[in-house]
Amino acid sequence: MRWLGIVFLALLWALPARAEIKIQEVTSPGGIKAWLVEEPSIPFTALEIRFKGGASLDLPGKRGAVNLMTGLLEEGTGAMDARGFAEAVEGLAASFDYDAYDDSVAISARFLTENRDAAVDLLRASLVAPSFEQSAIDRVRGQVLSSIRSDETDPNAMAGRRFDEIAFGDHPYASSLNGTVESVTALTRQDMLDAHAGALARDRVYVGAAGDISAEQLGLLLDRLLGDLPATGLPMPANVDVKMPGGTVVVPFDTPQSVAMFGHEGIDRHDPDFIPAYVLNTILGGGGFEARLMTEVREKRGLTYGVYSYLIPKDHAALYIGQVASANDRVAEAMAVIRDEWTKMARDGVTEAELTQAKTYLTGSYALRFDGNSAIADILVGMQLDDLTPDYVVHRNDMVNAVTEEDIRRVAARILKPEALTFVVVGKPEGVQTQ
Amino acid sequence: MFKRAVLALPLLFGLSQAQAQGTDEQVTTFTLENGMQVVLIEDHRAPVVSHMVWYRAGSADETPGRSGVAHFLEHLLFKGTKTLAPGEFSKVVAANGGTDNAFTNFDQTAYYQRVAADRLGLMMKMEADRMVNLQLDAEDILTERAVIIEERNMRTENDPAALFREQAYAAQYLNHPYGRPVIGWRHEMEALSLDDALAYYRQFYAPNNAIAIIAGDARPEEVRALAEQYYAPLTPNPAIPDRVRPQEPPQTAERRLMFADPRVSQPYVLRTYLAPERDAGAQKEAAALTMLAEILGGGQTSVLARKLQFENPIAVWAGAFYTETSFDDSTFGMGIMPVEGVSLDAAEKALDKAVAEFLKEGVDAAQLERIKFLLRAAQVYALDNAEGKARRYGQALTSGLTVEDVQAWPDVLEAVTAEDIMTAARKVLNRNEAVTGWLMKEQPEVTQ
Repeated sequence: MRWLGIVFLALLWALPARAEIKIQEVTSPGGIKAWLVEEPSIPFTALEIRFKGGASLDLPGKRGAVNLMTGLLEEGTGAMDARGFAEAVEGLAASFDYDAYDDSVAISARFLTENRDAAVDLLRASLVAPSFEQSAIDRVRGQVLSSIRSDETDPNAMAGRRFDEIAFGDHPYASSLNGTVESVTALTRQDMLDAHAGALARDRVYVGAAGDISAEQLGLLLDRLLGDLPATGLPMPANVDVKMPGGTVVVPFDTPQSVAMFGHEGIDRHDPDFIPAYVLNTILGGGGFEARLMTEVREKRGLTYGVYSYLIPKDHAALYIGQVASANDRVAEAMAVIRDEWTKMARDGVTEAELTQAKTYLTGSYALRFDGNSAIADILVGMQLDDLTPDYVVHRNDMVNAVTEEDIRRVAARILKPEALTFVVVGKPEGVQTQ
Repeated sequence: MFKRAVLALPLLFGLSQAQAQGTDEQVTTFTLENGMQVVLIEDHRAPVVSHMVWYRAGSADETPGRSGVAHFLEHLLFKGTKTLAPGEFSKVVAANGGTDNAFTNFDQTAYYQRVAADRLGLMMKMEADRMVNLQLDAEDILTERAVIIEERNMRTENDPAALFREQAYAAQYLNHPYGRPVIGWRHEMEALSLDDALAYYRQFYAPNNAIAIIAGDARPEEVRALAEQYYAPLTPNPAIPDRVRPQEPPQTAERRLMFADPRVSQPYVLRTYLAPERDAGAQKEAAALTMLAEILGGGQTSVLARKLQFENPIAVWAGAFYTETSFDDSTFGMGIMPVEGVSLDAAEKALDKAVAEFLKEGVDAAQLERIKFLLRAAQVYALDNAEGKARRYGQALTSGLTVEDVQAWPDVLEAVTAEDIMTAARKVLNRNEAVTGWLMKEQPEVTQ
């Protein structure tokens, strides 16, 4: 055991009851780190791997390269072509998912204990030695192009794209990670090899595991799975300041219901005010019918099926955004109510009763997230990406409970910026102009 | 396969994943004296439970002309009762650190909460309350009607593919209420009244038409005691009608539709066939169709993907789907999304050709073996998701199946032979009993 460091054990007594989450910090013989929750009762393992950087590592003129490369990881390796690989995965009843996001490439795997070594070998081959065969590139490129074309007439995608353009200027965040028809059409096999070498490296890998595997077994697995990836990849993208102009931008589109995305800059995940801000957002527009936006826009006025706001702390910028959809002749009213609530919250903060209710909800529901091996593995890797320590699961509810009305008032005044609140509306909204 | 590009379509079509249950030592069921059934699926890994109440009543049980009322009522159940103020139900769940929601389908309406295990009694108390004590006023229903119309705007009116599928379903079911959308036809939704909602409520919401499903950290004796305390006192409704719905007449001509909308970016062809569903004690044919959907079009390794995405790559996506759990006759479907430059006509012909070849070639034994191994593994993975299992029980028990049917299903699937699959395929894949739809950006010019 000398080579295998289990550095820390955090115990979460989730609720006033019995179960607990034991997080082990594992370091492989080769130096790859992971967090593990060992749960031997069901004979399989869930593994969540993240390579930081993701689609924002696209090189100039190569937008969409990381995304296409990620889609090609399961399209053949060594002697196996795409279908051969799929048959092999199916034959083991394993499942591997490969996804590109703005800040990471994400691999989600699930495999049975009875054939774990074979499954890991297959996954390894797809990550370390993908073929990038030309016929696969062309086929998957066709799928990406189809997706790009669908987004061109999808009101939600249209709103998001325009919002990102305004928010992020010339940063990669400003454009879709799918790329454009032109950029994707021009991508070559060499671009795939470059994107692979740039994005999938050991200096940016994070792993969460949960299920029927010991720390020692996981250590060996990590070296086998990831040890042959390059040590370093491309430098991380720069940070970007979000400066929203305020006002409204209309994207005309002939559809019965307008879709509006609204927001401005947000707050960094590492900011000491993040937890108060998170509680604040729960009250303003977080999930649930109790949130103010839902109460005012839906419950009282019936203007929408759903209205939500979110804090989006990305790695290189932070947003505070929300979304609503209302019939073209009613969206102006929905927007006015949202602006009003945004302003009120910035000025007055929350009531004691609202704060108490949000705290009971947030602290009580936290444990519900640890819902099965895949969910736990996902939480473990997410915490590492956020630079949290394993004992966060123990202290998180205390941090929420420590938030005071005064904290919320201060943070509301700091992060809510009614003058910068910008709406992008896709549809034929009545009584709404670009201004 | 590229998930982001391709997953969208199977989801639109409805997934055809073979659903296998886990070893069912963890399942306990009993029926209260008032006819309410209770199912417990134990999972003691975390001190959490899901509590669901399923009603054997969905949109297909609505009175003609009142489409959408089942779903409308589902929304209204979050308004007040004699003892709870409007919105208080969800507020209490949230104040107890839980989450809650509900959904409506053709054959069922279900309400659920996820909470700490020691709050199960409170959830039962509140569900029992709104099963019989709903109190609505005219104000509630106007605001909520506006909400469901916005929901229809979001799910259907703003999405040409959803409008297309609604038309295709209406064409599939000439006589059976599955031809009406669950959310309702817009003009009928706009006219739904308080009386409509209450009439549906009084007709269908009663303990003898409901099933409570609990998944998670609870023990049988505890669940029985709580159910006796909260659900057993409810009075059954002897007037719950039998679920006899108008059935489809024999279909003697193929039905075709061309749906054009300028918002369509990615055209595709959709084909559905009327198909038998799982019946109590007789699930063999549905099992064969479930396997057929997997073999023909379940993913990267399927026959349609091989022929249409790999050997003759004219499709971005090609697949098959089947809804095996349904009260009345269901559908088996296929779809093809052509690559740019390939017409829908050519895509449909290629699909037909691929299916014709499959009917000649038969089932590949290695593929069948892999799928059966996947089904066995699915029972292991299912143990990690007690709530998913709760949903499968709820779906089945509100679709005319029994607990025994649910527990037998993995074995029925396992027993399916290649011959069973081909027999089912030959029977169901009959063009005269099909609906074929084209989703397009614009109507093609007709030339003679």
